[in-house]
Amino acid sequence: MSELKQELKEKIIEQLNLEDISVDEIANDDPLFGQGLGLDSIDALELIVMLDKDYGIKLADPKEGRKIFESINTMAAYITANRTT
Amino acid sequence: MGVLSAIGNTPEDNHASLISEKAGISRITKIDTIHKNEIMVGEIKATNAELKQQLGLSLDLPFSRTALLGAVAAAQAIKSAHVQDINDCRTGLISGTTVGGMDKSEQYYYDYFQNDRHWGHINGLHAGDSTQKIAAYLGLEESLVTTISTACSSAANAIMLGTRMIKSGLLDRVIVGGSDCLCKFTINGFKTLMILSDTHNTPFDENRKGLNLGEAAAYLVLESEEIVKRRNKDVLAYVKGYGNANDAFHQTASSDDGDGAVLAMEKALKVAGLNKNDIDYINAHGTATPNNDLSEGRALLRIFGKNVPVFSSTKAFTGHTLAAAGGIEAVYSVLALQHNVIYPNLNFETPMKEFDLIPQTQLKEKKLRTVLSNSFGFGGNCSTLIFSKEA
Amino acid sequence: MKPIYINSIGSVSAQKTYNNREFLTDVVSYFDTEIRVIDPDYKQFIPPAAARRMAKGIKMSTVSSQIAMTEAGLENVDAIIVGTGLGCIGDSEKFVSAIIDNNEQFLTPTRFIQSSHNTVAGQIALGIGCKGHNFTFVHSSISFESALMDSKMMLENNEAENILVGGVDELVSHHIDTHKLIGHIKKEPVATKDLLQSGTKGMIMGEGASFFVLSNKKLPSCYAELVAISTYNTLSKESLIAKVKSFLEESKTLPETIDLVILGNNGDIEFDHYYDTLRNDLFKDTPQAYYKHLCGEFDTASGFAFWLANKILKTQTVPEAVQLNQKSKPTTGTVLLYNQYRGENHSLTLLRRC
Repeated sequence: MSELKQELKEKIIEQLNLEDISVDEIANDDPLFGQGLGLDSIDALELIVMLDKDYGIKLADPKEGRKIFESINTMAAYITANRTT
Repeated sequence: MGVLSAIGNTPEDNHASLISEKAGISRITKIDTIHKNEIMVGEIKATNAELKQQLGLSLDLPFSRTALLGAVAAAQAIKSAHVQDINDCRTGLISGTTVGGMDKSEQYYYDYFQNDRHWGHINGLHAGDSTQKIAAYLGLEESLVTTISTACSSAANAIMLGTRMIKSGLLDRVIVGGSDCLCKFTINGFKTLMILSDTHNTPFDENRKGLNLGEAAAYLVLESEEIVKRRNKDVLAYVKGYGNANDAFHQTASSDDGDGAVLAMEKALKVAGLNKNDIDYINAHGTATPNNDLSEGRALLRIFGKNVPVFSSTKAFTGHTLAAAGGIEAVYSVLALQHNVIYPNLNFETPMKEFDLIPQTQLKEKKLRTVLSNSFGFGGNCSTLIFSKEA
Repeated sequence: MKPIYINSIGSVSAQKTYNNREFLTDVVSYFDTEIRVIDPDYKQFIPPAAARRMAKGIKMSTVSSQIAMTEAGLENVDAIIVGTGLGCIGDSEKFVSAIIDNNEQFLTPTRFIQSSHNTVAGQIALGIGCKGHNFTFVHSSISFESALMDSKMMLENNEAENILVGGVDELVSHHIDTHKLIGHIKKEPVATKDLLQSGTKGMIMGEGASFFVLSNKKLPSCYAELVAISTYNTLSKESLIAKVKSFLEESKTLPETIDLVILGNNGDIEFDHYYDTLRNDLFKDTPQAYYKHLCGEFDTASGFAFWLANKILKTQTVPEAVQLNQKSKPTTGTVLLYNQYRGENHSLTLLRRC
């Protein structure tokens, strides 16, 4: 699980082009959206594609993403429970 | 006026489909996309070859579909306005498009490096190319010919600019509108935004699932009062008001309370010198995305309060035709004025939980004097046009 | 007609134009078939969180529009009007190739969003919170002129007091490669100082962003007055002179009183003769200047010419690097710009010292 969390942080930084942020700066329970990392709805769509491409998880409704992408912890838990690849 | 859409090849055809509730939404047949079973579109039936034939163009001429659809609709508009010689006064052409020649660029993207068969399309990618070709087809020379691309409000803004140019005395006549064809670029683009419905779109419905893309072209011929008087011409309608504003909220989404839309409608009412109670019908943008319909609905409530005029979205008939939407809906607004009818908002079942706005779901006959038409696009671009029977 | 003032300028180009205190003091030469902008330190202008999704065209525009806004001393404007031939074409190319390469799967929205032609005008509006009129013109070599025309009309009709108007285009690989195939871009590199002697077809392609604040009030930073502007979808070489004369006549200006004519020569032997018509006839005794050897040819290169004209009128210097003939005048009061691309989309712009 901690490996997955590390991997997610790296992917988020790369995929969303967060040049000025390092992996160590993202805590597992930091909120990713709003106050925390400051991600927005376009980032959420990017993350949905990442779930599909890298973990074989398809979301039909972007609203489902809100809960899943709350923090690295929630993301990792969801992926662990639902991954197909 | 000239129009080409999924529900007809002339204004008359479009009107006939609108009053008989004949939608033009189907599965996609002309583009081979892997999403073909997940989306529905408003496709124009004519093939490029048929359009070229209709225009009398040689089949090997490198015209994008946007240019072909535009040329057909613009030529129709010129004919219906009884223009004999397009260069007999200061005439301009202002067209809106978003995809331009993207249909060909995506088709031959790598092909260009294999052989020279389609090199004619290389310079057709830029959006101005379609407008330039339409102008050449119409025989327009040494004139103001330009293109506006403000996403889904492009044609509305072309109409607005043309009106302002005539009012300012810079032009005597101007052909205004827009054209956009379907292509993989927009299908996949809207797919990534997860706002494409897998079934018929349902504007202003609580359970709306997103939009259907469509393709269309529509143009109107605007003429100065002087030309109209001098030539003793019939006037179909007047562009009475217009307003463009920016939501300045998000790159693609509209603000929750519809700030930009409110500003655009306020500006248009002010330019028209009309009171909000003077609006008889609203042809809403109503794309059937969760975000648009909520934002637009709230904006309507902010402007009109308890007395929101009868409104409907015609997107369930045509799909969302992007840059052309403001053009075809301008044509529909004028047709509504001419026929004194309000076109139905198809597929509406359940009112949205956020408010109790209910669109007009049945064809309604009503004496109309003014119609307000909204068009909103990416980049927070919000436009409103008001058409009236009287000057 | 009430005067329209160009109150400030900002430019990112293949020259060091992003510092308004300087004026082509250190001209950069190139030997290539395409030339790119000299990147300013984008971080000074754009916070990293905002920059992370920005296409290059947006970055260039953000910098040049900020320079213009700062110089005019404004925090907001009443309207934003942008001209761009191709928009953020780099992102469009990446989106198209991703569609093809991944067979329409696993695509993400950012590139698509940036591909909307109005993304520059939209993002500037978002950045400064401008809720006013927001237009984007996309018509080849008159994209920027269309934006100017719309701005002028708005200011004359009191629909706005201050407008941010600009032109931007990016230089990207698929576009270069395909336009080399059809000979629109030169196949052999040319030294930019010898551009007009290349003797070959096609142009050297460039990129850049130029932004200006236009107002119906003169601010202390004022550069010049925009007197007239006109565009033509077609124009034959034969009717060019008559068209220029009638254009000037509408502003009650005689060709002899023009102090400088700035021409859009791009070294394409197939089309530069349009400029020769004016150089050898109507303006043979007038000081002449050119600029596409400095910024390259692109749809909104005329935005760079507009920047140049404004600089010349304010500083009253015509840099040696842009002089096209040996003529000069003690003062430069009126400047005429003429541009066309491949024989189409011609524009005439008249500026006056203020």
